[in-house]
Amino acid sequence: MIFFVLKRLAQSVLVMAIVSAVSFSLFNFVGDPVNNMVGQDATREQRIEIRQQLGLDDPILTQYARFLGNALQGDFGLSYRIKRPVDELILERLPATLELVFVSAIIALVVGITLGIYTGIRRSAWTSRIILSVSLVGVSLPTFIIGIALIYVFAVHLRWLPSSGRSGTMEFGWWKTSLLTIDGWRAIILPAITLSLFQLTLILRLVRAEMLEVMQTDFIKFARARGLSERAINFRHALRNTLVPVITIIGLNIGGLIAFSVITETVFQWPGTGLMFIQAVDFVDVPIMAAYLVFVALLFVLINLVVDILYFVVDPRIRLGN
Amino acid sequence: MHYGKMLAVSATALILASPALAENVFRWTSQGDALTMDPHSQNEGPTNAMNGQIYEALVTRDAALTLQPELAESWEAGADGWTFKLRQGVKFHDGADFTAEDVVFSFERAKHEASDFKEQAKSVASVEVIDDYTVKLLTDGANPILPNQLTSIYMIDKGWAEANNVVAPQDFKAKEETYAVRNANGTGPFVLESRAPDEMTVLMRNGDWWGEGMFPGNIDKIEYRPITNAATRVAALLSGEVDFVLDPPLQDLKRIEGSDGLHVTTVAQIRSIFFGMDQGIDKLRTSDAEGNPFKDPKVREAMNLAIDKAAIQRVVMEGLSFPTGMITPPGVLGNTPGNDESYGFDAAKAKALLAEAGYPDGFSVQLDCPNNRYNNDEKICQAAVAMLAKIGVRVSLDAIPKAQHFPKIQKRETDFYMLGWGVPTLDSHYVFSYLLESSGSWNATGYKNDRVDEITAAITTEIDIDKRTMMIDEAWSLVKADMPYVPIHHQVLAWGIADGWDVPIAADDAVRPRFVVKQ
Amino acid sequence: MSLQENRPTTRWQRVRDNDIVWSFIHSPGAVFAAAITLFAILACVFAPLIAPFDPFDPAQISLWDGKLPPAWIEGGQPQYLLGTDNQGRDMLSTILYGGRLSIMVGAAAVCLGMVLGVTLGVISGYVGGVTDAIIMRIADVQLTIPGILLAILINGIGRAFLPLELRQEFAVYVVILAIGLTDWPQFARVTRGATLVEANKEYVQAARIIGLPGWLIMLRHILPNTLRPVLVIATIGLALAIIAEATLSFLGQGIPPTTPSLGTLIRVGNDYLFSGLWWITLFPAIALVVLVFAVNLLGDWMRDALNPKLR
Repeated sequence: MIFFVLKRLAQSVLVMAIVSAVSFSLFNFVGDPVNNMVGQDATREQRIEIRQQLGLDDPILTQYARFLGNALQGDFGLSYRIKRPVDELILERLPATLELVFVSAIIALVVGITLGIYTGIRRSAWTSRIILSVSLVGVSLPTFIIGIALIYVFAVHLRWLPSSGRSGTMEFGWWKTSLLTIDGWRAIILPAITLSLFQLTLILRLVRAEMLEVMQTDFIKFARARGLSERAINFRHALRNTLVPVITIIGLNIGGLIAFSVITETVFQWPGTGLMFIQAVDFVDVPIMAAYLVFVALLFVLINLVVDILYFVVDPRIRLGN
Repeated sequence: MHYGKMLAVSATALILASPALAENVFRWTSQGDALTMDPHSQNEGPTNAMNGQIYEALVTRDAALTLQPELAESWEAGADGWTFKLRQGVKFHDGADFTAEDVVFSFERAKHEASDFKEQAKSVASVEVIDDYTVKLLTDGANPILPNQLTSIYMIDKGWAEANNVVAPQDFKAKEETYAVRNANGTGPFVLESRAPDEMTVLMRNGDWWGEGMFPGNIDKIEYRPITNAATRVAALLSGEVDFVLDPPLQDLKRIEGSDGLHVTTVAQIRSIFFGMDQGIDKLRTSDAEGNPFKDPKVREAMNLAIDKAAIQRVVMEGLSFPTGMITPPGVLGNTPGNDESYGFDAAKAKALLAEAGYPDGFSVQLDCPNNRYNNDEKICQAAVAMLAKIGVRVSLDAIPKAQHFPKIQKRETDFYMLGWGVPTLDSHYVFSYLLESSGSWNATGYKNDRVDEITAAITTEIDIDKRTMMIDEAWSLVKADMPYVPIHHQVLAWGIADGWDVPIAADDAVRPRFVVKQ
Repeated sequence: MSLQENRPTTRWQRVRDNDIVWSFIHSPGAVFAAAITLFAILACVFAPLIAPFDPFDPAQISLWDGKLPPAWIEGGQPQYLLGTDNQGRDMLSTILYGGRLSIMVGAAAVCLGMVLGVTLGVISGYVGGVTDAIIMRIADVQLTIPGILLAILINGIGRAFLPLELRQEFAVYVVILAIGLTDWPQFARVTRGATLVEANKEYVQAARIIGLPGWLIMLRHILPNTLRPVLVIATIGLALAIIAEATLSFLGQGIPPTTPSLGTLIRVGNDYLFSGLWWITLFPAIALVVLVFAVNLLGDWMRDALNPKLR
């Protein structure tokens, strides 16, 4: 167990080292950083002075070490565009992204697993066929098209829900939440549905496939032979065995949601980290780009670490394999 | 199934409960957010628009763009400067008194190396305190238009700045964010309540404002929310989430006008859109032609004739533009109907002129264009590319964000570019000194006409209004014949507004909340 | 199949009796999907021949014809079947050319991912040891990050590294690289698995004993046997790559509007959605969804047909 966790940890550290090297190189190879800071009319002397102040003439490894040291303390410098500390900007926008991902995950899991079980049990019902066909369309619909369509129908045409932004927030210290007011829920519902749809179809199909496989196994056949009711078979035996891989699904799901939140946040102007990243790319705001890169990598490394360990705990086969 | 019903029920419950608000909240959106709350750090549209509600200048303009007293009550010109009588009893939001020493301090701060307003503040050589409520702004020689140049130089409290260590605007060398980036302390009609950059800025009415009761405006609270995407911005207005869109896309105006509870107001804007051609260098950077075709006046005339300004007006601008033959709009001293007349459209003649100039098969060149600055900027450029292709000029288009486009012009790294120019002083001198004088800092055309240079210098000190106007006319006629630019049109401003709000539109695109009335 | 047991079979019959072909012909969804995919690919590849206009040639565009509705709606003109966009470009031609670009970018990206993944997969499986461990570790790590996010990140970095003047010119290549680089681990995993199976078979052992060089064994004997699963992944990957390209372009990070792909067209058209010019967005969006749906359907069927366990 300890060996397994240590191995995963070492792997995570390696990933972070690579990612931090990439984001460090962003600072140094994307244009001259001095040009990003001074006005057009800065003199040569001023430029040299700033180079020295920033330590740009030090050996590259020294610079990298300094970058790592700062990054470990969460210090990525000031945004070129807004002139504010990047770590602060990310922290400010993190709640928006996390809440969006959270609500989407709930929708995707609840609806996805329910429909997956249904279509798994009622293999040949016409409702199942329709659900499956629709889910294939769902996989083929790019997130941004879903978003535009929802805005058009529910915000502009029916005027039921807001089209963009995050209103109705309440503050708890630095955490701003939109889950406590009706306005907040009105604002989050369209982006959350948009974000969840793709993951929902994936989960649906995964659960269905898993369900079908379990139904073919011998112990279900025995259960049936024992004359247990269909209900008992479906829910007491099949479902329980289907839900073992649910941990992986949740891990996958959260990862995917964070990824697609970049797109959803852009379409709905949702003030989260993803929107900030896209805006930073537009302005080549390197400190934000670099910090986001490190931040996202860290998030994924953590999610995977947790999923791996949980999996290890839950599924004895992996333990034996090691 | 049950779940579906539940969802439907809770969704209706959410929809039915809509917020009830007693006060007059003005919910306002436009494309960009203010970059900083520091009034001297960034000279940029959205930043000035936001800071202009919190901070005030000595003089201001009303919706008709005539000068009005703000923090100064009156002013008069002298041989070596202007004397301003300050308004008495004015207090900053933190309660400090506004006095002459704050004026001295604010000009020093605006002239600081790290200030983005140093160009505008340059004409003030120094500030002399006469008494607590009288200052004299000294100039180098006579300056007939000084008050015109002061409308966006905001006054800041000396004591507050010193106490919070923001004596200088945010410096590029600073590694830390300064206090003034997120905190504001002005004298204006609104107080900064809360701010989340790129998300929402909330301003509250300042009950202790000197102008309380003097203006019709009855806004209690401003909620400003930037929405980058144009379609999303309009969607927010259509769905009733905002009351006011400063910059609705032109193509959506009909939809807004046709929607219940919304209307559009328009006004001719003080901004002209044009292309510049670099005639100054020997060999174009991005062309396959030998030498520089733009040196030949015939080529410049051909470029002018090849652009169908009427088509751009009707199709690209939805009718909301005034095609023109000069690069400064009506309302600015120097614009005359004769010079304002467009060069017209004649593709056949343009082709013939190119052939006469020695380019029967045309030439290639790159057009540099901003894509987030002017109304439909990139679309105008795309249209121009198609029009120029018909006379054989093969244009490759490079449309990029303004932050990267403008340095290309300032550093003179472009052969052929789009630029728009507004005139805050409403005087042609502003246009000559930046765009037409051979040493103008935004003149990337290499245009040099000695007489134009001479006039530009002369009108800075000429106090005789008639003589000055005649010189300005002469210079514009020279420019009209020399054609250093390809003028396209003057922009028309359009604002999308929810019914029940009376928002007086002004040609400078500035919202004046002190005049905004909720019925 | 048993009916034909003892008769001499023609080549066509053999083809027809192949279980994959049999499954194909008897699966209407697959035939339908293949037909649409083939049609779309042909239409796009031959766009220059089919399209009534060349939307990339500015000399053929007339601004006065801008914003015309589709031909069957009042105000539409017969030569512009699906109407024109804001620049006066024929929508049908623009969609054909845009689809062509989308498919080409998608295919190029998948090819890049495939070549990279298959090469690394075969090497990994055949050589084994430390090489295998390193390659598969990298693949594992990369698989944990969703492709679209990685593509956005690589694309953003790629654009940041390019000087401004070259950004538009090289946008297409950056996009291909970004999507291709996110694609390879799938291929590597599958190929490695197949290689491990093949490498232990007797004929490969025999080839080794004769002293054939490793690369020849990999190329001649192992590679052909990995093709089936690779084909399935490539098909599904194509759908994903087309979506990824469209998404990047929609975010304004992809193909520039001077030579628009389907995603760019939707982004540009989105600006006109509320002004009543619905055809500028709707038609490219339909084209994109139908294309991706057909490729997905095809991929789905292939996965089932080539993997009897799942049937």
